[in-house]
Amino acid sequence: MGVFGGCLFLLVLLVVLGPIWAIWRYNNLVSLKNQVANGWKQIDVQLKRRHDLIPNLIASVKGEMQFEQDTLEKVIAARNTAAAAHGVADTAEKENQLTQTLSRLFALAENYPNLKANESVRALMEELASTENKVGFARQFYNDLATRFNTAQQIFPDNFIAQTFKFQPVELYEIREAAEREVPKVDLSVRPQ
Amino acid sequence: MVPLNLYDQQRRNLRRTRLFLAGFVLFLAFLGIGADAFLYGGGGSPGVPICTLGALAFGGLSAWWSLHDGDQAVLDSANALPLDLADPRQKALDNVVEEMAIAGGVPKPRVYLIPDGDPNAFATGPGPQKASIAVTRGILDKLNREEMQGVIAHEMSHVRNYDIRLMTVVAALAGAVLLMSDWTRRGLWWGGGRRPQRGRDGGRGLLGLVFFALWLVSILLAPLVARLVAMAVSREREYLADASGAELTRNPLALASALEKIDAAVEPTPSIKQGVAHLCIADPRGRTGAEAEGLLSGLLSTHPPLAQRVAILREMGYRTLAPQGS
Repeated sequence: MGVFGGCLFLLVLLVVLGPIWAIWRYNNLVSLKNQVANGWKQIDVQLKRRHDLIPNLIASVKGEMQFEQDTLEKVIAARNTAAAAHGVADTAEKENQLTQTLSRLFALAENYPNLKANESVRALMEELASTENKVGFARQFYNDLATRFNTAQQIFPDNFIAQTFKFQPVELYEIREAAEREVPKVDLSVRPQ
Repeated sequence: MVPLNLYDQQRRNLRRTRLFLAGFVLFLAFLGIGADAFLYGGGGSPGVPICTLGALAFGGLSAWWSLHDGDQAVLDSANALPLDLADPRQKALDNVVEEMAIAGGVPKPRVYLIPDGDPNAFATGPGPQKASIAVTRGILDKLNREEMQGVIAHEMSHVRNYDIRLMTVVAALAGAVLLMSDWTRRGLWWGGGRRPQRGRDGGRGLLGLVFFALWLVSILLAPLVARLVAMAVSREREYLADASGAELTRNPLALASALEKIDAAVEPTPSIKQGVAHLCIADPRGRTGAEAEGLLSGLLSTHPPLAQRVAILREMGYRTLAPQGS
């Protein structure tokens, strides 16, 4: 069929296979994007649950922990700011602050044997601790998906599809708080007594 | 051994399992073709391959049945009860299961408690949409929360990796091989006179003879081979569930220490029947089954040696996970 035939054949192949490839890659990006949105919803559900639980916990420990008024107020304030947060980075930062005030409250509660003996407080603490874990695992799941989505947009040749259809990389839910990132410093140098 | 991280290990395990399954199906087909060729058809006749089809149909049917409502039967046989959420430990277990479901991005399975003091756990159900996890009382009493999380993550991985479905299919295929071998042995006994169809194609020659000998040996060894392959697949899936469980918790060391505690409780778990051994976190027959030394018992057990699993998890724990991990 000669050179001309060969070129024609290649051209037809390109015209037919090109769009099929583009559709396939585009759909892949769309499905990843929806998975990311779903992953974010999972985090959101757990955060809402945490916001709902905190007032109950405060109400039930208030009587015993009246000398920790300051900490209690900080938890409430952090909860209210976190509930009003928008966007991934903003939410991540404010929720981290809430996590820290909460863990301080948990640590202080250790000093109150009456609280530890109280069954309903214990149940609430377990609920909150578990919700905390769920936030963590939902974050892990979301971050894995978000990374996959972002990578899919960057790799060649899919990046052409991503650019043409204006896909945007999504933010990871990161822990920015210094306290959670800091590597504990261990001093192993031997000092004279 | 080349060190592997978590994700490599998952991939390698998946590849091996596929290889095993393909081998199994080929073996079954080989038995069937041989039976059709030598017993009923006479070499190379275009007749219907009754034996091959029959064996595959039997395997398929029994697999379908056990997938359809095998899970309830398994739970009943282990006396599994629904959780009592008023008990704080059971509530904690329920929470841990939900946490792991979130980590894996699957619906939360139903959770059951088995009133048995020996620590063990298993998962059942055809897939993530309809799964159940059952845990013995011993797990609640002996493990701390992190270790419990490791165990549940292991079971959740069996669910997520479709291990229950895979193992059911493997068991059904093994059953089909057994039936096949039984069938043909009987056929050889009674219908021996028809065997060498010399009249038509006496010139099949050496190649045919070799094939016949090979097939005969296979038929005799089939029950043993089927069992070995089923057990090998089961052990692979245990390693895979350990690895992907660690991916969920990002804490392989907790599962390692849970396994050590489970190992320390040497008694068998009488509530869990042998039929679901391959879905448990540790062999319910106790130390004698899983931990016995020697090649043969190693080949015939559903679980890899616990010490080896712990060693692998420890190594994972000291190795950094892939950079995209949160």
